[in-house]
Amino acid sequence: MSILGTRVVRTEDPLFLTRGAVYTDDLTDERLAGALHATFVRSNVAHGTVTSVDASAAREAPGVVAVYTAEDLGDLKPVPPPLPFLDAGFSRPWLVPVGGRVHFVGDLVAVVLTEERYQGEDAAEQVVVDIDPLPAVVTTRAAATDETVLFPEVGTNKVAAFGEPAPEDFFADCEVVVSRAITNQRVAAAPLETRAASAAWGEDGRVTIWCTNQGAQQAKGQIAGWLDLDPALVHLITPDVGGGFGAKIGADQEYAFVAWLAQQAGRPVRWSESRSENMTGMLQGRAQDQVVTIGGSRDGKVTAYSLEVTQDCGAYPRIGTVLPTLTMLMAAAVYDIPKVHAQATCYATNGTSIGAYRGAGRPEATAAVERAMDLFAAEIGMDPAEVRRINFIPAFTEPVQTSSGATYDSGDYEAALDRVLEAAGYAELRAEQARRRERGDVRQLGIGVSAYVEITGADSGHGTSENAELEVHPDGTATVLTGTSPHGQGHATTWAMLASEQLGIPVEKITVLHGDTDKVPDGGGTMGSRSLQQGGAAVHQAAVELVEVARKRAAELLEANPDDLEVDLANAGLSVKGTPGTGVTWAQLAADEQLIVQTTFTANAPTFPFGAHVAVVETDVESGKAVVTRLVTVDDAGTIINPLLAEGQRHGGIAQGVGQALLEEILYDEDGNPQTSTFADYPFVSATELPSFELVEMATPTPMNPLGAKGIGEAGTIGSTPAVQSAVVDSVAHLGVRHVDMPATSMRVWRAIREAQNSGAQKGSTN
Amino acid sequence: MQVSMTVNGQQRTDEVEPRTLLAHHLRDNLGLTATNIGCDSTSCGACTVIVDGLTVKSCTVLALQAEGSEVTTLEGLSTDGEMHPVQAAFRSEHGLQCGFCTSGMVMAAVGVLADNPNPTDREVREGLEGNLCRCTGYHNIVRAVLKAAESGPAAGQVPAAKQEVTA
Repeated sequence: MSILGTRVVRTEDPLFLTRGAVYTDDLTDERLAGALHATFVRSNVAHGTVTSVDASAAREAPGVVAVYTAEDLGDLKPVPPPLPFLDAGFSRPWLVPVGGRVHFVGDLVAVVLTEERYQGEDAAEQVVVDIDPLPAVVTTRAAATDETVLFPEVGTNKVAAFGEPAPEDFFADCEVVVSRAITNQRVAAAPLETRAASAAWGEDGRVTIWCTNQGAQQAKGQIAGWLDLDPALVHLITPDVGGGFGAKIGADQEYAFVAWLAQQAGRPVRWSESRSENMTGMLQGRAQDQVVTIGGSRDGKVTAYSLEVTQDCGAYPRIGTVLPTLTMLMAAAVYDIPKVHAQATCYATNGTSIGAYRGAGRPEATAAVERAMDLFAAEIGMDPAEVRRINFIPAFTEPVQTSSGATYDSGDYEAALDRVLEAAGYAELRAEQARRRERGDVRQLGIGVSAYVEITGADSGHGTSENAELEVHPDGTATVLTGTSPHGQGHATTWAMLASEQLGIPVEKITVLHGDTDKVPDGGGTMGSRSLQQGGAAVHQAAVELVEVARKRAAELLEANPDDLEVDLANAGLSVKGTPGTGVTWAQLAADEQLIVQTTFTANAPTFPFGAHVAVVETDVESGKAVVTRLVTVDDAGTIINPLLAEGQRHGGIAQGVGQALLEEILYDEDGNPQTSTFADYPFVSATELPSFELVEMATPTPMNPLGAKGIGEAGTIGSTPAVQSAVVDSVAHLGVRHVDMPATSMRVWRAIREAQNSGAQKGSTN
Repeated sequence: MQVSMTVNGQQRTDEVEPRTLLAHHLRDNLGLTATNIGCDSTSCGACTVIVDGLTVKSCTVLALQAEGSEVTTLEGLSTDGEMHPVQAAFRSEHGLQCGFCTSGMVMAAVGVLADNPNPTDREVREGLEGNLCRCTGYHNIVRAVLKAAESGPAAGQVPAAKQEVTA
């Protein structure tokens, strides 16, 4: 029986559960013996000019080995923005010098090296930094005026613009047109493990850097570039990584700084940040203001849709700048809309830089179009599920190109909706809702429906390729080297399953190694839901190729025709067909000659998983508090290799979507001071705010890889966010509310109800 | 200052600064790095350990406050190479992904089951409200705790200290 498709428990877990995983701050590597602790001094002003930095007292503090300010950086050059088309004026200094500008609360001003961890915080407090505040630019609306320009050498806060305005007559032939400004708010990725890095220089002139990251190879290249080092001199290791969600893609400047400090000090250096440092310093996500306009006929057919995006890039534009292009690509989503328009403008603000966060550009597209569909449905008085059904792209097995320019591989969106509606008992939910409305209950029912498609395995800097090395050892065990970079996804188990499937070597005897640039020099890391469909496919391909190598060798040994040999699963080797146990074992073959294969798998194109979610909420219409009571989801990611782990990916994704829809938001005051910089302030979704989820199965394989697998890491979030938001709106729709921005907190819902009642009109709104 | 405590059944005496947090003492002085620090504000529970039968967030306790106490960390939960029922259930139900919250989550779950050996789904959620997880959506964590409850009273006990535990 095939191991693929079975619920194999993780091989990682026994150590994780008894000794604990080994994260960067846990390392006891002997190369780090005697390491100094780095503590950064950060700006507590969002925007201003540094007038003085006095480190004299700090230099005398106990345990201090060195304090670095901008004057002590030698020939370190500011780090250019990570996208080649961005103005070099957006470069980020290593430390903001006297006379220079800080651009967000958290910007780096000095760094202290101490013998002990606690001494670092003491000494950092004694670095006296004076900053003359400038007006803070907190919103993209303020940024767009250019009244205050953050980077004078650039001359404008506009970072980039994509697409053209829609023609004036874009909606001219529509019977009904609805338009609305909506917000896809700034949120924190908030992996439980904050950022951390360590570095040690060897006598051979090479530096070993350990850091928590989603792609060792990419991070290594960046760090070498920033420090002007020969990449051959950099050895980067990602130990166990405590969550990423996109925010650990690419190196952070602090990581490179740790390597530079270790070189300066002539001793190893360690750094791990506090949560409040993380909540201002680590890349954040989403941060789009959107205007959706949707038009069509009263019978439910949508004929034109426009999405205008304003992206907040934060202080130093990074990868968040180009995420709106994914939003634009996926604007049409699951719908067959004849005319689709999308454009985006991106601005720098005095907030934390924006990067990828679970879905990265695609959740924003889905949230927008799903809100638009609901608004359209409400306007024409049609059930929102029915409006979606009328407008779906019909089921397809050959690639289909959308009006917004994406080419989908395979999909059946109506079937996904049918399944989820049936599993949720949609008709009965609507009946219960009607009863409660009729009775005027305090706790009203809301039902939210979403349909989605997303792009996974897109080129995120490594093409659509991934490599794998597979070696069978003389003791009968095997090792897989992969360029993917698991941080919770369970590749050690799934990649072993893929190799085991071909070789018959038990999963427990297959070790999977990753995240070490000396062992795996090339790799694309784990991001964009690419890993199984590219990295897993590469392992599969390596195993198939290794069987072919072994078959030839075994044929010689056994004096048999290679075509007569087959993998003998029971005996972990190769035997003549029909006579198991008569051949040669993997161990014997590996003992005779090294048995190893290196291969690269390249996908023809990305894949497009899809699904449909139903969220049910109960809203107390007196307080505005909405509670999610059910989440029923179809998430079709093609062929599933390990259902246990695939379900785990869905669960986590769904929960993060609920977090954004109901609770989470990074807030600044008018001066740019973070208001949500600890977990006491930031409403990270907890167990009590979630129900157990109801997952419905559906698997439409993709032709883009031999496994038939699409990505599953981000899908849950993309579906659940709009479903929950829609459910909240739906719960108070009978009171005249048409929209509530995310997060749909009690206050927002309560206000929306009051506004709808006060206006006495059909349409409600929120702040 | 000197501080003595029994950690996972072993008597330990060490010199610490008075302000040393128990979490840092366990991690930096005793090398017990399964206990993680995720927030510094007693919000996330990644640092949860059991002190004298109580689940405690060790980032908000001074090492000196544990003077003379029995402390159990994740490393002290299994006996003779056999996983504690809560550990075993976390594995079988896929109750962990990146693993960072896991140590604290497992210790908190032991406390939840000590207080309530047969909890409902909702009671497990309320019991674990102070422990945050970003990966699992809590779904499989809740399943794991309910599964562990099936193994009876052992799920709510710590072996090394042979104590009753309360949350």
